[in-house]
Parts: sequence; C-alpha cells; structure tokens
Amino acid sequence: MSTEAQQDIIEEFALFDDWMDKYEHLIGLGKNLPLIDEHYKTDQYIIKGCQSKVWLRAEQNEGRVYFSADSDAIITKGIVSVLIRAFSGLSAQDIIDAPTDFINEIGLSDHLSPTRANGLVAMIKQMKLYATAFAAQNNA
Amino acid sequence: MGFDIDKIRADFPILLRQVHNKPLIYFDNAATSQKPKAVIDALVHYYTHLNANIHRGVHALSQEATDAYEQARDGVKTFFNAQFREEIIFTAGTTHSINIVAHGFRSLLNPGDEIIVGQAEHHSNIVPWQMACDLTGAVLKVLPIDDNGQLQLDALQSLLGPKTQLVVVNHVSNALGTINPIEKIIEMAHQAGAKVLIDGAQASSHIQVDVSALNVDFYTTSAHKMCGPTGVGMLYGKKELLELLPPYQGGGEMIKEVYFQGTTYAGLPHKFEAGTPNIAGGIGFGAAIEYLNEIGLDEIAAYEHDLLLYATEELKQVQGLRIYGDVPLKTAVISFNIEGLHPYDVGTLLDQMGIAVRTGQHCAQPVMDFYGIPGTVRASFAFYNTKDEIDTLVKGVKRAVNMLL
Ligand SMILES: Cc1ncc(COP(=O)(O)O)c(C=O)c1O
Repeated sequence: MSTEAQQDIIEEFALFDDWMDKYEHLIGLGKNLPLIDEHYKTDQYIIKGCQSKVWLRAEQNEGRVYFSADSDAIITKGIVSVLIRAFSGLSAQDIIDAPTDFINEIGLSDHLSPTRANGLVAMIKQMKLYATAFAAQNNA
Repeated sequence: MGFDIDKIRADFPILLRQVHNKPLIYFDNAATSQKPKAVIDALVHYYTHLNANIHRGVHALSQEATDAYEQARDGVKTFFNAQFREEIIFTAGTTHSINIVAHGFRSLLNPGDEIIVGQAEHHSNIVPWQMACDLTGAVLKVLPIDDNGQLQLDALQSLLGPKTQLVVVNHVSNALGTINPIEKIIEMAHQAGAKVLIDGAQASSHIQVDVSALNVDFYTTSAHKMCGPTGVGMLYGKKELLELLPPYQGGGEMIKEVYFQGTTYAGLPHKFEAGTPNIAGGIGFGAAIEYLNEIGLDEIAAYEHDLLLYATEELKQVQGLRIYGDVPLKTAVISFNIEGLHPYDVGTLLDQMGIAVRTGQHCAQPVMDFYGIPGTVRASFAFYNTKDEIDTLVKGVKRAVNMLL
C-alpha cells in the first residue's frame, strides 16, 4: 500500500506520456531541491554506488524523520527529490515499512536495477537504513 | 575494395534494433564492439558441429575442434605479425593477459626495482602492477600526461634508470582516444635495459599492429573490442620472455608430467593456458580477425578517422563543450564535457534518444583526477557508424543542453 505522498507523486507523473516531459519535470525538481548544508557534503553522508555523487542526511524531530540531500548531477537530484517527498516526514517505522513500487508506477523503473549507475536503489536503501537506526534509538 | 557502408551495416544484426522506440545509435564501441554475423555464425557453427574438448581426444571431433582453435591462433599470429605461433597466448582478455605478466614478474622483481606506468592507464594496467610491487618491494613510478592527455616523453627519459625493469603503457587511451608514441617509448625503454608491455585493448581494431616491427616485449588485447566474442583475448610475448615467466595458474593442459614429487610444465603456449580454454571464444576471435582482414584495417582506420574529424568539428559547435585529449593522433573516440553539466545527466538524456554513449570515469580514475572532473561523456565510433548518426548525436547533445541548462 503506497503512502499518501507516494500517491501524489504517481498522479503527478501520470500527466506525462512522453519521456522528455518526464525528464524535464525531473530536472525541474532537481533544480528546486532545497540544498543540503554545504558542510554536510562530506564522505560521511555520501552514498556509494552512484556515478554521480549523492549526499544524504536524515534527522529525527518529534518522532518524524526528515531527509535532505544533494547531488552533483541534476537528474539524480530530481530522483532524490522524489524520494525525499515520498519518505520525508514519516515516522521511522513507516519509512521502514513503506513500499517502493511507486517507482515502477512513475516509470522510473529503468533506474531501479541495482546495477544502474545512478544508484536509486542505494538511495532507498540508505533512507531505510537511517530509519532503522532511528527506530532502534527510539526503542532503546 | 571500396568501402560499402550499407553492406557493412548489414553485417551487424544488432544495428537493426530499437532502443526506447528509436533506432539504436551505438557509440560505445570503446567499451565493446558489436559483432558481425560472421562471428555469430562461427560460434553457432562451433557448438552445432564441432563441440569437443581440445588437445586431448583421439576422436575426430576433438581433433577438428583442436584444429579450428589452433587455426584461430595462426590467424591472430598473422594479424599481429608475431614470429612464432607459441608467442600467442589465448587469455580471457586484456585484464587476464596483464595479470599473467604482472604475476610472473613477482618472481623476477627485487626490492627497489622500478616499474613505470602511464598516468592515463585503464585500472587493469595499474592494479596488477601495484599488487606486484606490494609483494616484491618494487616501486611504481608514474609517467605523467600533459594537458592534452599525451605522455611526456622527456619525463620518461628522466624516469628511466638502471632500476627500471618494466615500462607499461597503453597503445591508445580508452578514456581519451589519444594514440601514444609507443615506437619511441619501446626504443627508449630498451636503451635503458627495461622491458615493455603495451596494453593494446583500444588499438587492435583501429591500428595495424606489427609486434615484430615494434620489437615490443608484451602486447595485450581483448577480442570483444575487435568484433569478437567476450571472454577471450591475447597475450603476445617474446618467446624467451614467456619462457622465463613462471606459469600463472596450475591445472590441466599446462603440464608435461605430474608426479606428487614434482611437476614439469608444458611448453608455450600451453604453459599459460591452464584448464579447458574458451574454445568457442578462440574460434570466434579467429573469425573476427578474418572479418577485419576482409574489410582491411587501413580502410577501417581511414573511414573512422573521417568520422572522428567530422564529429569533432560538429561537436565543437556546441557552446561550452570541451574535448579532452583533442590532438591529431587519435582513434575515433571523443571524450567531452559541457560547461556546467554533469556527464551523467547528458548521457542519461542521450540514452532516452536511443544514443548509447559511455559516461563516467571509464575505469581510468587517475585521468579524471588529473583534469579534476567527475567523468566525461565518451562517444566512440566504429566503422559501421555513419555521419548521419553523428548528426543525430550532435542534435541530441544540443537538446540535452537545452533541457539541462
Ligand atoms: C585500455 C584498456 N585496457 C584494458 C581494458 C580491459 O579489457 P578487458 O575488460 O577486456 O579485460 C580495457 C577495456 O575496457 C581498455 O580499454
């Protein structure tokens, strides 16, 4: 079952039937992604397995997890921005439980294969890892 | 024989494919070339009619398979103009070939010995030497490139010394397409008493290579970059040097006699071909070489050079586009970036348009570090590509720029 945010994203992407529109939208999202604070762009926050660099940070605030990210490639930034919308603001447990098949529905499954250079899978994994760490903290 | 591009394109079945509902434009030939029907047919023919293990059966099939495999070796020998057929070792490819030599040198190197390696090498011509140095106490020295990606020969002169055992450089850089002056490098190294290994992976299907005239000690290549199958390649080595090197792997095929008290090794080339080899691959390699011979490497080189000049000129019209290694002596490879754009973004959009290019570091991280870039977009052309396809690439790049900027 997809989350509300995921449902929104699916509906938004359903408007595009042409690859160019879709990528233009992704590029737009990438350009508008609120930037991660410069001093977090360190190896500690970098996601491995991407041809482009991705920095991803998470913090927990009143029981909800918020992500911020950046990348040196715009399309990757667009993809990260979609993921942040899908997962940010949920509780750690909800992030752990959240399905990821909305990626297929918005036609980005091309990017889903683990060998793809943009590391979409690595990003999702990292988000879930952060959530797992927060959940462990919360239960401690 | 005239160069008939339509006829040549018809030899490559994959060129009929569509990608993202557009006709495939394949500009990733430096990663691997496409395969002509003659090579595909040779593989099918082998498995349909000849399949048997080689060098060991008395039965007819085994002998026919052995003959076909050994004939392929003769074809490779002639193609590279080696003096003796036993100087041609069939390997799994360039990486394997380099590892055989680097492994062998572990028993010849002493602490303080030096190996000179080019700055623009593929990782597979760096890491095996680092491993050999780690184990022996030998030292790796880097032969620098200049801003155009060309090896600095005056630096080579000062790096060469009495401790230099080996100089290892590529014939053509896979990241840039620049052709290195290997004749000169070999001569300089030999004068200093060092041996030379040339990584020819990017050269073999574009430049006629004559290992005897070059007087090179080791030369390596991969069949899959020369219209042949994957998983097979060549190590050429001078006979006396191959005899000096210890075997790389032990097993069947590479032995003469095996006793628990000790084993004697087979002669060349079998000493370095342990186990059942890639028989179909070897035969396919032979077919690829025959195919290239039929068209003629000189014809291929001339046609590809024409494509290179055309594409270089057209791409330079794109604002902010920079070509790395933009020098006269190049194979048909263009490695570029566009100011303000990440190569990954450009490559992703080109892919959506059905154009296959490579983006990233091209297994040559030191080159990217040298230029201080995360990678490049690399378009590499082959003799079955056309100027029409290049026009589509240039349009595609402009379109990508418009979308991204
Ligand atoms: C210059 C160069 N050296 C070595 C290699 C490695 O070849 P292979 O992967 O076929 O062993 C390549 C291929 O990518 C190359 O371009």
